[in-house]
Amino acid sequence: MEDLTSLKQEDNQEPEEAEQPWEEITAASSQDPVPGLPEPLESEQGPETGLQPGSSPPQSSQSRTSTPLNDLTGLGASSPPSFPQEPTSTPSTLALARQDLWSPWKSDKTTSVIPEARTAHSNHLEQSSDKGESAPHQKCQSEGNTFQQSQQTKHHLHEPKDASHNNSKLKELRLDIFQEEDSNSNYDLDHPEPGTSEVTPNMLEIAIQNAKAYLLKTSSKSGLNLYDHLSNMLTKILDERPENAVDIIENISQDVKMAHFSKKLDTLQNEYEMLPIYETAEKQKALFLQGNLEGADQELEDEIAENSLPNVMESAFYFEQAGVGLGTDETYRIFLALKQLTDAHPIQRCRFWGKILGLEMNYIVAEVEFREGEDEEEMEEEDVTEERDNGDSEADEDDEDELPKSLYKAPQAIPKEESRTGANKYVYFVCNEPGGPWVKLPSVTPAQIVIARKIKKFFTGRLDTPIISYPPFPGNESNYLRAQIARISAGTHVSPLGFYQFGEEEGEEEEEVEGGRESFEENPDFEGIQVTDLVESLSNWVHHVQHILPQGRCNWFNPVQKNEEEEEEEDEEKEEEEKGEEPDYIGQEVGPPLLTPISEDLEIQNIPPWTTRLSSNLIPQYAIAVLRSNLWPGAYAFSNGKKFENFYIGWGHKYSPDSYTPPVPPPVYQEYPSGPEITEMDDPSVEEEQAFRAAQAAAELAAEENEETEEDEDEEDEYD
Amino acid sequence: MDAESLLLSLELASGSGQGLSPDRRASLLTSLMLVKRDYRYDRVLFWGRILGLVADYYIAQGLSEDQLAPRKTLYSLNCMEWSLLPPATDEMMVQTSVVKGRFTGDPSHEYEHTELQKVNDGEKVFEEEVVVQIKEETRLVSIIDQIDKAVSVIPRGALFKTPFGPVHVNRTFEGLSLSQAKKLSSYFHFREPVELKNKTLLEKADLDPSLDFLDSLEHDIPKVKAGALGGRQQPEWQPEWAGLSGVKILGTPALVGEMEFGSCFLPRVLEHPDGEGQCPGGPAQPALARPYLLPRSPHQELWLHLRGHREFGLFSPAASPHLHLHLVSRF
Repeated sequence: MEDLTSLKQEDNQEPEEAEQPWEEITAASSQDPVPGLPEPLESEQGPETGLQPGSSPPQSSQSRTSTPLNDLTGLGASSPPSFPQEPTSTPSTLALARQDLWSPWKSDKTTSVIPEARTAHSNHLEQSSDKGESAPHQKCQSEGNTFQQSQQTKHHLHEPKDASHNNSKLKELRLDIFQEEDSNSNYDLDHPEPGTSEVTPNMLEIAIQNAKAYLLKTSSKSGLNLYDHLSNMLTKILDERPENAVDIIENISQDVKMAHFSKKLDTLQNEYEMLPIYETAEKQKALFLQGNLEGADQELEDEIAENSLPNVMESAFYFEQAGVGLGTDETYRIFLALKQLTDAHPIQRCRFWGKILGLEMNYIVAEVEFREGEDEEEMEEEDVTEERDNGDSEADEDDEDELPKSLYKAPQAIPKEESRTGANKYVYFVCNEPGGPWVKLPSVTPAQIVIARKIKKFFTGRLDTPIISYPPFPGNESNYLRAQIARISAGTHVSPLGFYQFGEEEGEEEEEVEGGRESFEENPDFEGIQVTDLVESLSNWVHHVQHILPQGRCNWFNPVQKNEEEEEEEDEEKEEEEKGEEPDYIGQEVGPPLLTPISEDLEIQNIPPWTTRLSSNLIPQYAIAVLRSNLWPGAYAFSNGKKFENFYIGWGHKYSPDSYTPPVPPPVYQEYPSGPEITEMDDPSVEEEQAFRAAQAAAELAAEENEETEEDEDEEDEYD
Repeated sequence: MDAESLLLSLELASGSGQGLSPDRRASLLTSLMLVKRDYRYDRVLFWGRILGLVADYYIAQGLSEDQLAPRKTLYSLNCMEWSLLPPATDEMMVQTSVVKGRFTGDPSHEYEHTELQKVNDGEKVFEEEVVVQIKEETRLVSIIDQIDKAVSVIPRGALFKTPFGPVHVNRTFEGLSLSQAKKLSSYFHFREPVELKNKTLLEKADLDPSLDFLDSLEHDIPKVKAGALGGRQQPEWQPEWAGLSGVKILGTPALVGEMEFGSCFLPRVLEHPDGEGQCPGGPAQPALARPYLLPRSPHQELWLHLRGHREFGLFSPAASPHLHLHLVSRF
């Protein structure tokens, strides 16, 4: 009701407004006392008033002038004392823009309108104070109101709201601002008239509420609603402030949705993800603590004196020059792990042999030599188990008496080399990662080496994995690993010529004429070789690990000879047979003697077995010689003239230009020997049978005449 | 690996044993910058190294804005002077498939291959031996292309396809969680999709077109498992390129590769021991190239999330601890 009257008033007043400013004040003031309720009603009429001004030019021009003036006065600080809320930040961009727009009119009419501007101000002032009160109670309404407020009041209002409302309100705010801009362009004309402008926002507010309600609708599928989702997204974007956020908005949206799937438990029962990496760290922790435990100085001195630990870091430095090797961190951990190993076992010499990569885990391999006499216990244990195996097999044979016996005679098993000799010269320990337990690999048998040459398998990283292959491999992955280590060592461990020399122990050599000399020692007089010589000539490098014969041993073992000694009592026939087989054995296998230069290594289908390099061509004077094996990819050696080291890191496979093909199975054995009994022949004809019977009858008669006692037997024989 | 974060990538890949000597590293850092400037690449990746008998090839690739666009490949013998390689063609692939053995390190080296060709001489048909000369450079191009197609891998979400087609680095990618990292389906071949077209509508229903626009490793043959064993996880695949020790793979993690993560690529330091791809024998056992998906963080530490997970799988046990620290502090 009041709205109508106020509207009418305004209409009437329009022409005279300039002269009668106070009337408007009364109209406005009459509104002010009215509490919240009537205001929504007013707002409904917003559209009408919005349309109206277009048809009443006088009013519009007047209102235009008044708007800038409001701001002007605000700026000029010429406001009456009753203008307390004037903030310095008052002129928002909007207000400024409007000022600019209307400045022509302003300049024309400034003087004449000043009084009115004052009244307008006081008008607003009253309103704003009114708003200030109502804001806390009716936030929606106040939003609506802000729209029609002058700039000052808007700011005034918004700030308290920001503080009192949470994030989601922020968004509403933003919405408001946008709408304001739009609506300002529409409603600019009647802006200064409080009565009409107050009406419009509530319409908007309802639209907003409708939109909000729509956005808040919960999805029937996911249970989410767009409103919260958008607010979460915007919060995330504002928190993180990514650049060009618009480009990645889809992903952000996805991330926000994904976040709902992460478990959010109470802090009391928070479940941390237990990454496997933590376990590793826990294990490795022990490596770093071991040093602190030793307190006694005396012990420390002793240890340093009989140090068996290699300087892994120094070697790693040289290998890094060569462009191979593990990272510094890992190397140091391995270093610590080796220390752990040497502390735990009576080890005389220890060396970091290398790393074999596996499908699931890798092996770190340490090559050690026990102190004299310390490892015998273990050896005895192994012997015992072997004997037991033999016993079992004999028992089996006894049981088999009634069954047909296989004529297949397995070739004489070649005994494995004793520890400290040949392929078993060193003992190898492996672990999967530094800090893990060191496991001693079993010693290698010739059979394992022979079969390992014929197969190609990836390591898995678990020592007990069965090796399923053809030809069947005797043992599991630990045996296969040990066999490959032996082969790699024999093929790729090299040292500069002259670093080692043969030992003086003549006695031993005489005994083992066949195998060549197998002991060597460091040459105290070694003076070093020029690095350039090492790079240019392969003959300056020698193997210091014995070649493994095709037999699978480093030292020739004559199976024939052994047989004769052990089985002297057996028949002469057998011996003859063996002699007949002898040509199958090529005779003694001879490999290149120890300390043979690698220049004599065989080529692999025109591919040289070794590649030598200087570590750096840029600064050759301090470079080192690097040797890379082409036969065993991953095997490296370096030498700086005096020092050298060998290192392997790879898959444990030998290089072959052709793809691997497993060997063909042997031909099928005959089931039984073929003789006349089973040879097919024609059936006898009737005449032949009759002749045969006649002959038999004649024979019987003769027999009866001679001796009656033998009769039965004879008959039986004949009918068989 | 991205040339800019080369050192970090190398460090992460070091568990494979393949690395670069200090002088190589330093020269790469210098020369790749110049490559990037001269060729106007958006990014330059250090692809890896192919060992030769006499010299090694160092390979780099240049990427344009669209990450999936054909890459330009360059090689260098001394890490300073780079030469552009021609794009690989099917013809090259066929031609070089007969070559066996190691690379020599001389790009102009010519392999000789004798082929029997049927020649029609009038009415008679007889076979004639023809010697085909194959340049090592051609072989290099074809091998690089094959390796890229086989084992170049990225984690799901590291790249995304924009509505207009080009593929961009996903800046919001924060790495894979442990459970995702264990699944092969979380890794994609970083190449033009081949299998995707053959999928049925039903299979494609769940795919997100902006993320799942590449072939996943899931259906690779032979089947391998992304096993989490003994605390480490490494998806593995592609036996043929076992030598690929990625310098790390961030791809498959394939291996010596380079993945980085804000931009992920497979870093790989490639060791190519057996010449052309060889399938190791023995009862078929899958070989693997491990994905070293290294995340790298261009700007922020929080990117290290992925790396934390990956590390155990990808690298060796001796993953450096500080990486974990980042991980822990952030998550």
